[in-house]
Amino acid sequence: MKFATETIVVAIAAFLALLGAAFAADDAFRAHAYVLFLVLAITTVVFLRRVETVPSEGSKFSIFGARDTGAYLDNVVRAGVIATVFWGVVGFTVGVLIASQLAWPVLNLEPYLNFGRLRPLHTSAVIFAFGGNGLLATSFYVVQRTCRARLFGGNLAWFVFWGYQLFIVLAATGYVLGITEGREYAEPEWYVDLWLTVVWVAYLVVYLGTIVKRREPHIYVANWFYLSFIVTIAMLHVVNNLSMPVSFLGAKSYSAFSGVQDALTQWWYGHNAVGFFLTAGFLGMMYYFIPKQANRPVYSYRLSIIHFWSLIFLYIWAGPHHLHYTALPDWAQTLGMVFSVMLWMPSWGGMINGLMTLSGAWDKLRTDPIIRMMVIAVAFYGMSTFEGPMMSVKAVNSLSHYTDWTIGHVHSGALGWVGMITFGAVYYLVPRLWERHRLYSLRLVNWHFWLATIGIVIYAASMWVSGIMQGLMWREYDDQGFLVYSFAETVAAMHPYYIMRLLGGVMYLSGSVIMAYNIIQTIRGVERTEIPMGEAALQPAE
Amino acid sequence: MDNATYTMLRQFADSWGLAFMFVFFAVAIGFVLLNPRASANARNAAAIPFKEDHVDGE
Repeated sequence: MKFATETIVVAIAAFLALLGAAFAADDAFRAHAYVLFLVLAITTVVFLRRVETVPSEGSKFSIFGARDTGAYLDNVVRAGVIATVFWGVVGFTVGVLIASQLAWPVLNLEPYLNFGRLRPLHTSAVIFAFGGNGLLATSFYVVQRTCRARLFGGNLAWFVFWGYQLFIVLAATGYVLGITEGREYAEPEWYVDLWLTVVWVAYLVVYLGTIVKRREPHIYVANWFYLSFIVTIAMLHVVNNLSMPVSFLGAKSYSAFSGVQDALTQWWYGHNAVGFFLTAGFLGMMYYFIPKQANRPVYSYRLSIIHFWSLIFLYIWAGPHHLHYTALPDWAQTLGMVFSVMLWMPSWGGMINGLMTLSGAWDKLRTDPIIRMMVIAVAFYGMSTFEGPMMSVKAVNSLSHYTDWTIGHVHSGALGWVGMITFGAVYYLVPRLWERHRLYSLRLVNWHFWLATIGIVIYAASMWVSGIMQGLMWREYDDQGFLVYSFAETVAAMHPYYIMRLLGGVMYLSGSVIMAYNIIQTIRGVERTEIPMGEAALQPAE
Repeated sequence: MDNATYTMLRQFADSWGLAFMFVFFAVAIGFVLLNPRASANARNAAAIPFKEDHVDGE
């Protein structure tokens, strides 16, 4: 019987979740257990409807298109692409909401929808839900094509996908309910961390298994980046989240570390989440999708290898730059700074490699908004990997730290690099995965490109001005050594920039909504009648 | 960790440890750049994403 075992396992898990709710040690855990029960109960019903007692060729489980009987397991990639678009719109919307809350505090709705609870919801939705699903989908697509092998483990890839969605739901509901470890980018409590560990190990098994059974002798460089992302995130996640629960039926836990060791462990994790989740994984995307979209091989494969080894060797040491002028020993701060500055070179090596892949094909920028999106992503990668090392220098950090400059820096990287390369990959993938002739509309891609690019520029520029002003106001002394400005005065001075930042965010969100519409129409098989890109300007005069 | 052990490890890290890591890094890069077969290997490897276009995934 097909799906019988899965149905029984999920039903038992749902029953255990219900028991967890019944015997919970605190209200937070009880609420989460009910959420889990609800998800698992719905899953059980879905599975029950799919159980086949008699094998039937015509009723195979397929939500996302054609039956997955080809050379590659692509339905899980299709699901990942849809999840990427969905969570992207959700994450950007929450971002716009919390930007509004900063500009107009009256929008903080206590207790569930205040800034403190929605901020981690925003960061996790864009990093782990949008970015994570983008990485899951593209890594599964790329590893199959470059290894010429079907994903290892059969439905294990589906377990990874749905297990990851469950992690996102538990994390997101936890933030709104106030369940948090208080560790940046690692807020979920111990039981959600354990679940993610199980899912991540399964991801590693699927990915490594596919590489092991590859029919291509060489492991293409994109897979090196993806694999480093999977392995390192596993290590970071496990170590940073080592904690002791107060009760095995309670939500609260305490970290295994304390004091400055706790801070260093957290920022060793935090910076390498940027380095390996938001950089290495997306570089894997860059090394596959830019050559494919430009239809030419990567500019220098040897440079890509140097890029890889230099990046992973240097990145892991850079975390202490988040703790300048703290109780962390001075030598450790300097170590973090020096490695951060050294990171500039491999980062720019990778940027040059990505950009030069278009050498001889720059004309495509005029006619192909998808390659334009990828190129602007690489340009933002270059900008933020210059700005990051600069901000890690202690003299600069003394001004920039704790100010909005950091927020501007993070968003130029996240919106510019991570967002744009993911959008480019999604636009590349959808027509191929759903076997469409082309996207619904390239002109809508162009609209998305300009809305997103102008939105990022407005966002980052307003945060640079706001942040530098904020830092300068904080350190302004009068002749007698008293601070010139109170904290409230610095907040009031930033108000106009908060509104400008909101405008940038709204533009970026609008672009993503256009993308969602474009993707839905493409999947439906609709093609918009429009003048091809680049031709309008070349019409002869009449 | 007592102070003597820390000092010993620290001195090692600042001297032979640092030298080892630099030499390892230099050798790794040298191997990539100077290996006589590297150029042809790199050309073949860079073409991997385009093989599916010709093989058509079986």
